[in-house]
Amino acid sequence: MNEAILKTVDLRKEFGGVVAVMDVSFEAEKEEILAIIGPNGAGKTTLFNLISGVHSLTGGEVYFKGQRLNGLKPHIIASLGIARTFQNVQLFGNMTVLENVMVGRHHRSSYGLLAAALRLPRAWAEEQEIMAKAREYLSMVGLAGRADLNALSLPFGQQRMLEIARAMATEPEILLLDEPGAGLNRLEKEELTRLIEQIRQGSVTVLLVEHDMEFVMGIADRIIVLDYGEKIAEGTPAEVQNNPRVIAAYLGEEDVAFLRP
Amino acid sequence: MKNLRQHLNVIGVVVLTVVIVALGAVEVFRPLGIRFSDLTGRIVTMDTMIRIGILTIVLVGLNLLMGYAGQISLGQAGFYALGAYASGILSTLAVRYKILIGIADSWWWPWLSIIAGMVVTGVFAYLVGKPILRLKGNYLAMATLGLGVIIYILGGQFPEITGGYDGLTGVPRLSIGSSFTLWPMERYYFLVWGVAIVVIIVALNIVNSRIGRALRAIHTSEVAANTSGVDTDSYKVQALVVSAMFASLAGSLYAHFQSAVSPNPFSFRASVELVVMAAVGGLSSIWGAPFGVGIIFVIRDLIRSRLEDIFHVRGGEYELIIYGLILVVIMIFMPEGLTTGLTKALRRTGRRTVQQLSRAGAATSDSSRTSAS
Repeated sequence: MNEAILKTVDLRKEFGGVVAVMDVSFEAEKEEILAIIGPNGAGKTTLFNLISGVHSLTGGEVYFKGQRLNGLKPHIIASLGIARTFQNVQLFGNMTVLENVMVGRHHRSSYGLLAAALRLPRAWAEEQEIMAKAREYLSMVGLAGRADLNALSLPFGQQRMLEIARAMATEPEILLLDEPGAGLNRLEKEELTRLIEQIRQGSVTVLLVEHDMEFVMGIADRIIVLDYGEKIAEGTPAEVQNNPRVIAAYLGEEDVAFLRP
Repeated sequence: MKNLRQHLNVIGVVVLTVVIVALGAVEVFRPLGIRFSDLTGRIVTMDTMIRIGILTIVLVGLNLLMGYAGQISLGQAGFYALGAYASGILSTLAVRYKILIGIADSWWWPWLSIIAGMVVTGVFAYLVGKPILRLKGNYLAMATLGLGVIIYILGGQFPEITGGYDGLTGVPRLSIGSSFTLWPMERYYFLVWGVAIVVIIVALNIVNSRIGRALRAIHTSEVAANTSGVDTDSYKVQALVVSAMFASLAGSLYAHFQSAVSPNPFSFRASVELVVMAAVGGLSSIWGAPFGVGIIFVIRDLIRSRLEDIFHVRGGEYELIIYGLILVVIMIFMPEGLTTGLTKALRRTGRRTVQQLSRAGAATSDSSRTSAS
């Protein structure tokens, strides 16, 4: 049994009077693919925001490889090894495809303002490294040929791939994918499944938030179900499928069909 | 494509240098008695060219801050003022207070003062920037506005030090060594534009580095920049400090140009004019800075000199109306500024030409095919 690489203890997030995440505790094992599902508004993205440091915690703790992440700034958490993508793709539209991925290499490079301003050889050497590594990650998602296009000129499915490439370029140990399949057609989802498997082969733990149940059932090792901010179920896809609480939570939702094959 | 952009930047710097040197040479050597202002029909003078150069230095910094880092500053004239006052006060120490005789009136003292001014302004920008840059959008605009006004008001206080609202005079000209003075204007022109070109090169280097990418990332999506490992707070402050130091440098050059320093040129209105120049020139490229300043000055001088001939009216109010109308028209047709607007137009005409050529080529090959069969 693999050790827990990520552990949350009674995570809580309140926005004024609204409790978005209520005392959620779970563990993610190293190199597993853990899916987080639940009806709309269940607090899944907020959970990701708490883990990545985008939101401050109202209560509870997050541990990454035993290190407490509470209160750390998002860029520090990113440099420690947790990367993420966003529900509404957050690409840098004023840059090329390659440059977007190069931003992912930012914390793996170090030359500063002075070296940049004076174009010192150290800066140039690091730039070549950054560019080369970025191209590798572009190849991984199949976008190598589009390196010099403006990021927003890519079709939507490829934009999602680009965001994943940028996240992977930070060399994370944990990758948080927020609805990576949303807006993709069946072919693109198959490609995405292959990519996620490939990422896991590279010793990265993947947490993904998703709505497409067929997609989730096909790829997840374990599933956590949230409803109104609370964890209501946890287990293998088969276990979760038959859980009456989960079925009740989804009643009235369009995805309820998945629960009874 | 990145290489193309870098090559264009190099070409741009070379062309700018050549043009500046050529225009300056005209003024120095006066071939056939022609002076620089004659070349422009007496509309643009050497005086104007020096002012354009000085403001270009401020604007390059503002471009980095607003165009690249995406942080608005309605108080940039404040940093400009700090540099002017630093140079003004320090270089007149010997004369006004009779201290440091022998040091404060030597030729290298004003140069040292310029650097001291940049350092002081940079530290000030760092201290002020950390809290202020937590604000966003309109709140940041108001905070920078307030900052600029505070500096302006301080400039008018303490007449013992700053000369109050009348200002201080007697700022010496800059010289290299005790005998080569960078005056009259033809000489100062080369100093100002030499500095401006170096500043442009430095800014281009920053933009094309990982720092530039970090700034552009922050501009588009701060959260994505943060979660990709970019310390957004730190870079926003760095952009402010760099822009403040450039503005301070320009302010010092201005002080030695006017030989006097008073609060008037550093009011809120001056800050707004800087932002207008930046918007007109184009915020998405460093080249927007020299273009923006140049266009605004040329428009203003053109209006001033030709207003009567074209519109048969005279007076400051009409100048202001026409000037405002021109600005509105520019922003309607080229909202992203001149540099972006012009490059887009050029690309469009380039594409259209290629389309027409290929259509013509297809037509001729069609006709040759049908005639052959």
